Amino acid sequence: MAEHFVCKSDELPDGQVRIMTHGSLEIGVIRHGDAYYAYRNLCPHQGGPACEGIRLPQVEDRIVGDLFVGQCFDENDMHIVCPWHGYEFHLSTGEHVIDSRLKLRKFDVVAREGGVYVDI
Amino acid sequence: MTSTQGSHLFQPSREGFDTEVHLDHARQQAFARSYEDFLIVDVDSHHYETEAFQEIAEYIDDPVLRQEAKYQGMSRGGVTSIDGSYQEMTGRVTRYPLRKRETVPATIHRDITLMRRWMDSMGVDMACMFPTPMLNIATCPRVEVETALARAYNRWLCDNVLAEEPRLTSMLYLPFNDPDACLKVVEEFGNRKGVIGFMVTSTHYKSVHDNAYMKVYAALQERNLPLGFHAAYTWGDKSTALMNRFIAVHALGFVWHNMVHMTNWLVNGMPERFPRLKTVWIESGLAWVPFLMQRLDNEFMMRSSDAPLLKRKPSEYMREMFYTSQPMEMVDNREALELTFKMIKAESQLLYSSDYPHWDMDLPSTIYDLPFVGEAGKRAILGGNAERLFKLDPHFAPWKLARRAEKQTASAA
Repeated sequence: MAEHFVCKSDELPDGQVRIMTHGSLEIGVIRHGDAYYAYRNLCPHQGGPACEGIRLPQVEDRIVGDLFVGQCFDENDMHIVCPWHGYEFHLSTGEHVIDSRLKLRKFDVVAREGGVYVDI
Repeated sequence: MTSTQGSHLFQPSREGFDTEVHLDHARQQAFARSYEDFLIVDVDSHHYETEAFQEIAEYIDDPVLRQEAKYQGMSRGGVTSIDGSYQEMTGRVTRYPLRKRETVPATIHRDITLMRRWMDSMGVDMACMFPTPMLNIATCPRVEVETALARAYNRWLCDNVLAEEPRLTSMLYLPFNDPDACLKVVEEFGNRKGVIGFMVTSTHYKSVHDNAYMKVYAALQERNLPLGFHAAYTWGDKSTALMNRFIAVHALGFVWHNMVHMTNWLVNGMPERFPRLKTVWIESGLAWVPFLMQRLDNEFMMRSSDAPLLKRKPSEYMREMFYTSQPMEMVDNREALELTFKMIKAESQLLYSSDYPHWDMDLPSTIYDLPFVGEAGKRAILGGNAERLFKLDPHFAPWKLARRAEKQTASAA
């Protein structure tokens, strides 16, 4: 395991992703708010570039009493959405939102002294 | 180490879109699995004919309809039905919103370039292409509009796409609401380059056993051209109108309409009446086939008098038909899938299909990586069965020919 420089912190604004390659390995480094996440850019479904898609919050059906009253987003549960088929993974863990056996491989990432670094 | 920048919060904001970049992982799969060693045919793929709709409108014979199509045509939400669909997954599948940004050379038709790009990326050599929004004209209440658009589209496709690229083929659209027009389409286009059969959009509300269609089936059988039933959905159906989510309409609708036609096809003895007419059941996945085989066989053994033209059980006829693979039901059901393959005699009857660029597309690896199919069976499903059924003259992707040549050079050295 060795630490690799990804980019300067200000080169990865909130909401953006950088896809870095290390040999044959592709890693998506994502900034969301003040947090950084790094996952292998490979969807366990059919091999799509999972980190290159958009990120969306969990969709919720709103049930009040016994009644459906509409839908909303839960922005505390952001998802990485694979752009090939829409498989969704929790941004915080890389686990598929329904079947946690399906995971994006996670890497440690840290921002310090103006730089973003990932452990590979 | 290299890196690529992009912003992807809620809205993909990349300036451009490139199919080959989007599918770079598919190309890696193709290389890793040595797809250059064998033919891959995709029997169900799509393009967005709406992007060329102004060109297609020029092919409409009726001057009044042509004017209507040009100014209130499919590219502006007219002509076809409006059903509230959100099939494109509201931005999740990025090729939908971004495809407009893809640039192509001016010297060749955009549809040909885009088809070549995804085919090359996946390792697909030849593809049978279908329209996308135009499938919905099947439910247009104006029969003359369906007929006019079908002929215009078929002429446009033959002239501008199929004539120019031997890797591209199509089972052309039959305007099923008008049986006489169907026959004319078969007679006019049956010998055109790249036409490998004809296709009915399954959301038609016409019975396939109606006497009016017998001349169409006879014409297809005489020409040895297969008849495809391409699944679709309509939110206007009385049963799907009960549903409020697209997943429900798609999951059931894409199967239901083909189950109706298959059942009518069988109980009215069509396989006995047209024994040399091949049928292809397209884009309904596979799980419905064993269900229907079991259901019909069970009832047929008690009520064979209801289907007196059948000399064998319904499942035996179904095992002689052809099925496209996508969307193959693959989640947690390997045993069920293996049994399905056995029941439909997949190694001779199953035809690989991607359905690209749609949201539920399947790559060739969905077939190639199956642990219960041998190498010969995989190659048959991925291309050999289609080559045989459609009597294809194989045309390989240029990169596959180049890689094969490199291998030969290396082995000779």
